[in-house]
Amino acid sequence: MTIRIQGLGVRYGGRSAVAGVDLSLAAGQVMAIVGPNGSGKSSLLRALAGQVRHEGVITWDNPPVGYMPQDNAIRAALTAFEVVLLGRMRSLSFRVGEEDLRLAEAAMAELGVTDLAERRIGELSGGQRQLVFLAQVLAGDPRVLLLDEPTSALDIAHQLQVLALLRDVTRRRGLTTAVVLHDLNAAARHADRIALLDRGRLIETGAPDVVLRPETLRSVFGIEVAILTGPDGHPVVVPMGVTPS
Amino acid sequence: MDGPIAVARRLNQKRVTKDGSAVDGWRAANARRIVTIILAGCGLAACLALDVATGPAMLPIGAVISALTGSSSDPMLNAIVWSLRLPIALMAIAVGASLGISGAVMQTILNNPLASSYTLGISAGAGFGAALVILFGAALPLPEIWSIPIAAFAFAGVACALVAGVGRMRGATPELLVLAGIACLFLFQALLSLLQFLASPEALQQIVFWLFGSLLRASLGKVAIVSLVLAIVLPMLLADAWRLTALQLGDERAGALGVRVRSLRLRAFVVVSLLTGAAVAFVGTIGFIGLVAPHIARMLVGEDQRHLLPASAVFGALLLSAASVASKLIIPGTVFPIGIVTALIGVPFFGWLVFATGRRR
Repeated sequence: MTIRIQGLGVRYGGRSAVAGVDLSLAAGQVMAIVGPNGSGKSSLLRALAGQVRHEGVITWDNPPVGYMPQDNAIRAALTAFEVVLLGRMRSLSFRVGEEDLRLAEAAMAELGVTDLAERRIGELSGGQRQLVFLAQVLAGDPRVLLLDEPTSALDIAHQLQVLALLRDVTRRRGLTTAVVLHDLNAAARHADRIALLDRGRLIETGAPDVVLRPETLRSVFGIEVAILTGPDGHPVVVPMGVTPS
Repeated sequence: MDGPIAVARRLNQKRVTKDGSAVDGWRAANARRIVTIILAGCGLAACLALDVATGPAMLPIGAVISALTGSSSDPMLNAIVWSLRLPIALMAIAVGASLGISGAVMQTILNNPLASSYTLGISAGAGFGAALVILFGAALPLPEIWSIPIAAFAFAGVACALVAGVGRMRGATPELLVLAGIACLFLFQALLSLLQFLASPEALQQIVFWLFGSLLRASLGKVAIVSLVLAIVLPMLLADAWRLTALQLGDERAGALGVRVRSLRLRAFVVVSLLTGAAVAFVGTIGFIGLVAPHIARMLVGEDQRHLLPASAVFGALLLSAASVASKLIIPGTVFPIGIVTALIGVPFFGWLVFATGRRR
């Protein structure tokens, strides 16, 4: 399913966080949203997830949306399976239905975290917790997947694992996926398209090699970079230093 | 004697259960939780019988059971059990269950382990209402036996409205609600102190005794009222059980799951404040149960609210019922104020439980 966003804006009080963003997201593709801190990446995602009020038009047929906010420590005495089951919130009743149980279990199996099912969520490592929350989002059987920095605070192996699973599940289920990332190389490697934001505005969107250019990154991040081509053809961003002002 | 094959098969079966599907593991955990609640319920029934048996005239448990089941023909025994002791024992259970549930919900919606209707000023509001009537209620057309609970309930409602009013403000966080509750606690405590300062020695004594908390004012009619409120509120809360469970993951994650966090928080807050108001209106301020019963319940059954709420009710009832027994045993022939006893037996018990579960981990 294609999502068309026109003139999207988000305001907090009088402050504008996102303004005039036009963007198109395609089914079966991962769109990475990148940009400096405070550029409106999370706000854009929250607006798509219906968590904040927004201006502008989003053209879609109101599909089930799975939204995963930024990671935070969880104190709750809930098991990983219970956390995943909560992903079925819209259909959960006091007596839990077989379909809800089946989908929660299938989502855990799909991400390979079934063996964590009986562990308490607070005891899990950051990487395990992220996978459990990704399973929670998938258990809701969404058609649109919105993930806010799913790899922050993860070591490089877990980053690779989460992003590879994400791309895999997006293709297999034909999802429309948008993911906020800080790591430009992770975006180049795992996303089909990149949207680059700066100060609430969309600067560039397109394939990784179109967006990740030295002059664009210099103007947005204020850094000098060299763009190489990796062994698998993806662009590789090599930071060289901060642009002298 | 089992052969090696049978032993191997049994071990294998065990392994299959352990490594079986996530759903099987979850079902087994649920079954364990339900058994825990049932066992606690059995303990509660035993405590109820013990509570009825304990008093100036100690009754044999067998006699208590025969009176309760209607098979005793001893009029004296029946009178002691049905008119004197049963209302008090049942009141302990109804109030304990109400306080346990309201504490569990407050801790959940405010994401704060110290939250309870006592720490958030609801009970202080009730205390102020009661003191107001004790001091100035002589002119009221109602007898004190009803005017005090009604005023206590009304002012619990006022305290709730003050805190909920803050909660309705834009951007009100759980922290802000807790702060509003603590401000409310200080406000009503100051007003209460003012009334105590103005009161005559007789009225002051009555106010202080009310604040201690006592089950002696119980009657079957009052038990019925508290139970009715509980019977209305519990299904309302259980209908929100999954949404309340999701709230444990934080506001943003709950919102992402489709929970309307602000309205759920306010709705649950108002409902459990009324539950607390109805409970403390008849027995005075009893502080400890609402704080500790949910913690005990959480340690034993986890945080799925479908189990946590009934378990908090049962453990709240069990704690207050045990306190009721203890209040009659400390000085034989005298009933100690229950509010003092709950903390005196509850704190060591809670300490032991924290220590025991900590070691098990």
